[in-house]
Amino acid sequence: MSGIANLVVAPIVLPLLAGAGMLLLNGERHRNIVAAVNVAGTVALVCVAVILLGMSDSDHPGIREVYHLGDWPAPFGIVLVLDRLSALMLLLTSILALASVVFSLARWHRKGAHFHPLFQFLLMGLNGAFLTGDLFNLFVFFELLLAASYGLLLHGSGLARVKAGLHYIVVNLVASLLFLIGVSLIYGVTGTLNMADLSARIPAIAAESRGLLEAGAGMLAVAFLLKAGMWPLCFWLPTAYAAASPPVASIFAIMTKVGVYIILRLSLLLFGEGSGASAGFGSDWLLWGGVATIAFGAIGTLASQDTARLGGFSVLVSSGTVLAATGTGQVSVTGGALFYLVSSTLGISAFFLLAELIERGREPGADVIAVTREAYGEDDGADDTGEEVGTAIVATMGLLGVAFIGCALVIAGLPPLSGFIAKFALLTAALRPSDMHPGGAVPGSGWALLLALLVSSFAALVALTRAGIRSFWASPDRTVPRVRLIEMAPIMFLLIICAAQTVLAGPVMRFMQATAQSLHAPAGYVNDVLEISVRGSRKVGGE
Amino acid sequence: MELSLAIGIGALTASGVWLILRPRTFQVIIGLSLLSYAVNLFIVAMGRVRTGAPVLIAKEIGDATKHADPLPQALVLTAIVIGFATTALFLVVLLASRGLARTDHVDGQEPEA
Repeated sequence: MSGIANLVVAPIVLPLLAGAGMLLLNGERHRNIVAAVNVAGTVALVCVAVILLGMSDSDHPGIREVYHLGDWPAPFGIVLVLDRLSALMLLLTSILALASVVFSLARWHRKGAHFHPLFQFLLMGLNGAFLTGDLFNLFVFFELLLAASYGLLLHGSGLARVKAGLHYIVVNLVASLLFLIGVSLIYGVTGTLNMADLSARIPAIAAESRGLLEAGAGMLAVAFLLKAGMWPLCFWLPTAYAAASPPVASIFAIMTKVGVYIILRLSLLLFGEGSGASAGFGSDWLLWGGVATIAFGAIGTLASQDTARLGGFSVLVSSGTVLAATGTGQVSVTGGALFYLVSSTLGISAFFLLAELIERGREPGADVIAVTREAYGEDDGADDTGEEVGTAIVATMGLLGVAFIGCALVIAGLPPLSGFIAKFALLTAALRPSDMHPGGAVPGSGWALLLALLVSSFAALVALTRAGIRSFWASPDRTVPRVRLIEMAPIMFLLIICAAQTVLAGPVMRFMQATAQSLHAPAGYVNDVLEISVRGSRKVGGE
Repeated sequence: MELSLAIGIGALTASGVWLILRPRTFQVIIGLSLLSYAVNLFIVAMGRVRTGAPVLIAKEIGDATKHADPLPQALVLTAIVIGFATTALFLVVLLASRGLARTDHVDGQEPEA
């Protein structure tokens, strides 16, 4: 394995080294150095992700880098697999991370200990989960990212965060136990944990063991759907996201997408075409569960009073949409869903950052800050003054308003931003019967998806308009919030990426469709992972 | 052997689930611990239950089915370590909640009776 191929492991090793290095420095005294290391590490991660994306998107059908940790051959050792989907998720993660970390520099990273190391460890867990090709390794990376997220959720302390954190931790610990039960059941039936090897072995599983295998897969799916926030496993989510500090909530927008990513990958790899009697296992559950999630999220957005909670319910709508689209099992729908996933995650992430800036103006020392003040004693707003970094910007309200409109357009899916193109692509694909039902009527799943998407877009539009009117027009006595350039820039950065996704919709869509095609043809993935391992075993040879 | 193991796992799981649904944080953490014991035993059981089977040694592999499966043991070790760490982390949050809310109810406030 030479040169550039080693880059595949960089998204895991880089945050690990950065995080560990930061722990060695005393966080309080060297805060500026630690913050600089965090920003530098995240920028490097963006660069690595861009290079990896370029590597993954070559003309050769389904080419991917397979990285053998410890150089053991594939079914025995643990592999990292880079394909289009994982490269895409890596890039999305690193972009969100960059925005959050820059935003946190203005004030939030001073509100508690170890923000920066935890942030890097979270990135390590996320990147590992996206890259790994082994179920148990996936568990390890999941635990890693969850452990870091427990710490980050509590960042800033205060009763609201501790209460939400307590529920979040219990729910996720139980999900991890379900994950373990599912993994061990699957191991007990198939005798392997390598995803490619599993995919190859599942068609040959005897009929009497199939029930056990599907039970294991179902357990595993519950664990992931809990993270993805599928109804009825999602009641913890809006509270936890609303309680988290804004930069943390912003990076948490990708955490539900980890669950969605795994569901997408495993359902197509293990139960896609050619997996024998189990083909299409659970896809109805995904479809209807996804539709129910969209409905629940839409009602939630209408019901929520506070802007951060509105964001939390938008997260639900977003992951519900991708899950339902996965459940339809059509290539072109999956392509549209991936486009939607990127655009909605960027929009929601920007929205979480923006929500805090808007709330800050509504009542001086807004509720979020009051919470932290409580934990730090009664010095009224003393940490508000003087300490902030960066320059104040002019025309604050105008800029905030423009950013709010941008977020609303992306989340609700109105033209001209990327949310519209995403939903348009999803709906045309769902209603075009050529894919699986040549010449026939539009399948029921297509209508269900259409209805759910349109109604949820409308609900999001109403809720966001109401929130916008409330905070920009209907409060004449509001003070103009003190917003720093360093806080506004990340929001604009995310929105500009959404705009770029709109302008470059053609090439981006081609990439998404190529991704969807290779996902729906798992044979390529299996062959690449296991074939390369044949070469590897010759190299290891003498054992 | 299989029966007693299955009954053991079942008893641990049942007690764990019951405790997790209790309103006090201490009961929840004990419930989580019991559940993780049950899951750890379950992982070992998934590598087939066998007494006195030797571990795999490279020189004398012979019939692989006669050996104990080493992988579940490695998995269980990892699961124990991770479970231990997350339980410790949860304990800290539990204490923070107790300190801030002045109650050990999982919702951070006593239910209005």
